[in-house]
Amino acid sequence: MTLLEVRDLHVDFHTRDGIVKAVNGVNYQVEAGETLAVLGESGSGKSVTAQAVMGILDMPPGRIPKGEILFHGEDMLTMSKEERRKIRGARIAMIFQDALSSLNPVLSVGYQLAEMFRVHQGASRKEAKAKAVELMDRVKIPAAKARVSDYPHQFSGGMRQRIMIAMALALEPDLIIADEPTTALDVTVQAQVMELLADLQREFNMGLILITHDLGVVADVADKIAVMYAGRIVETAPVKELYKAPAHPYTKGLLESIPRLDQKGKELYAIQGLPPNMAKVPDGCAFHPRCPVARDVCRSELPPLAEVGEGRGSACHFWKETLGE
Amino acid sequence: MGRYVARRLLQMIPVFIGSTLLIFCMMFALPGDPVAALFGEKKPDPAQIAAIKHQLGLDLPLWHQYWNYLTGLFQGDFGTQIATQRPVAEVISQAFPVTVRLTLFAFVFTVLAGVLLGLVSGLFADKVFDRVVLIFTLLLISVPSFVLGYLFQYLFAFQLGWVTPTVQDSQDLGQLLLPAIVLAALSLAYVTRLTRTSVAENLRADYIRTAIAKGLPRRRVVGVHLLRNSLIPVVTFLGTDIGSLMAGAVVTEGIFNVHGIGNTIFEALNRREGSTVVGIATLIVIVYLVASLLVDLLYAVLDPRIRYD
Repeated sequence: MTLLEVRDLHVDFHTRDGIVKAVNGVNYQVEAGETLAVLGESGSGKSVTAQAVMGILDMPPGRIPKGEILFHGEDMLTMSKEERRKIRGARIAMIFQDALSSLNPVLSVGYQLAEMFRVHQGASRKEAKAKAVELMDRVKIPAAKARVSDYPHQFSGGMRQRIMIAMALALEPDLIIADEPTTALDVTVQAQVMELLADLQREFNMGLILITHDLGVVADVADKIAVMYAGRIVETAPVKELYKAPAHPYTKGLLESIPRLDQKGKELYAIQGLPPNMAKVPDGCAFHPRCPVARDVCRSELPPLAEVGEGRGSACHFWKETLGE
Repeated sequence: MGRYVARRLLQMIPVFIGSTLLIFCMMFALPGDPVAALFGEKKPDPAQIAAIKHQLGLDLPLWHQYWNYLTGLFQGDFGTQIATQRPVAEVISQAFPVTVRLTLFAFVFTVLAGVLLGLVSGLFADKVFDRVVLIFTLLLISVPSFVLGYLFQYLFAFQLGWVTPTVQDSQDLGQLLLPAIVLAALSLAYVTRLTRTSVAENLRADYIRTAIAKGLPRRRVVGVHLLRNSLIPVVTFLGTDIGSLMAGAVVTEGIFNVHGIGNTIFEALNRREGSTVVGIATLIVIVYLVASLLVDLLYAVLDPRIRYD
């Protein structure tokens, strides 16, 4: 059975300026042991989708008018609050972008790790603390035993993110959602943290949803990619095929905007314009004002996510052209 | 840590000298004469007044009087009241515990009610409860405590008869309830608003999102993760507030006839009893200093990012 399946998910936000449709019919699946990278600019709905899966969306102002989130085949949106709470942290865990602000500044890291065992497993203070040290060892924090009583501000950025990872791993969840886990880190530390995450994922055969806007990170670790734009998935494909031949002009633009050594000296490609204001998304294909191949049909008709190959989809009227080039 | 405490204690010495000098000068500058007041309606004999003044050392220049006062103080002599002939130390030691009891009562009430109200309105920011509390605190802040005191006295003592209008026995906490609430009112309003803002702000913090994502029950998210962070600014305020409560006791004790330092300092001011006023005011200053030191130390306990050395 599929580990996680998001079906036709819609998320709205009720704001003073009206209803903002942040997510408009997103579908994706993650299997055990598989890594799905969700790629997109800020405001594309990638984080909101993840928060809806996690059940930490602020409601209100958020609302889920439509859709299903199936975890082991069961729709989590129809579960009681208490049932969902028990899944959170224990079976689906989340890693956030900025570990310094995401960890409680006034509680020791040991306490924050031990809390997982105490709340979800009813472990005693002593047991929980021992397990916290074990976890810190597992994510390769040096001198774990001595540092278990230290506070988040006493750790470096990379170490803090390891602690976030340890916290997510604590109860050996089936699925981990990592929301830009390396964005706030130095490049060298980024690689270490990603490697650690990938190793642990293999070891526990977990599903991983990696939310990022960094194409470099994706190429190394992801199995498949879903590219989001303006609250919809515009392209989805196995990672290698997508890099080889993107089937959506937006993905293509993203790939071409990566600096490459063999293009040195030439002007770097940039997608024209800015991401749309989510309160007034353009009619038709939301990407058309920025799209180099846009024609009349793009301004009036919303392209469906067409199947363009085995396990591949593209929401572009002209995917054949884009793919064939 | 030890060095920090020592430094803070040493810093109290100049503050102590400065505040006594300041109040001493103010008393000196006040019009009115404590000796002449002894004669009441009778026309005093100038020669007799001069004799008494000389005997009390009140004819000396200001600096000399202050010097005498300070040296007396270091020998444990707070001076003697002119009218009653009682030692000031005795007057203070009788009145002080009463005020401490009243202030502590008011303080506990401030903390409990203020934090609770602030927490609930912060959790439900911009909902009806929050709006009602906001208006309520605004009222408490804008109505002066002597108005509130007489209003409560009229309402609860004279109209409803729930409590006695004045305090007959300052040992009886039930009788101190009304004055304590009146005394606490202003601080209560501030603590409520401070807690409310802090809670509402921290509620949006990333670590609260993490706590929810960890699957912690709401009680734990609020009680452990939210409250502790939100109370840091409140504790800072409470430290300075103890001193203000004691100063506020002057008015409240007058209304409810509580025989604490407030009442004593009020009487002493009317009779121009310099040594009593300076003694009590200095005592309040010391309480203020010690309380703020304790709070600064508590601050470091609450927030591990703060280290003193």
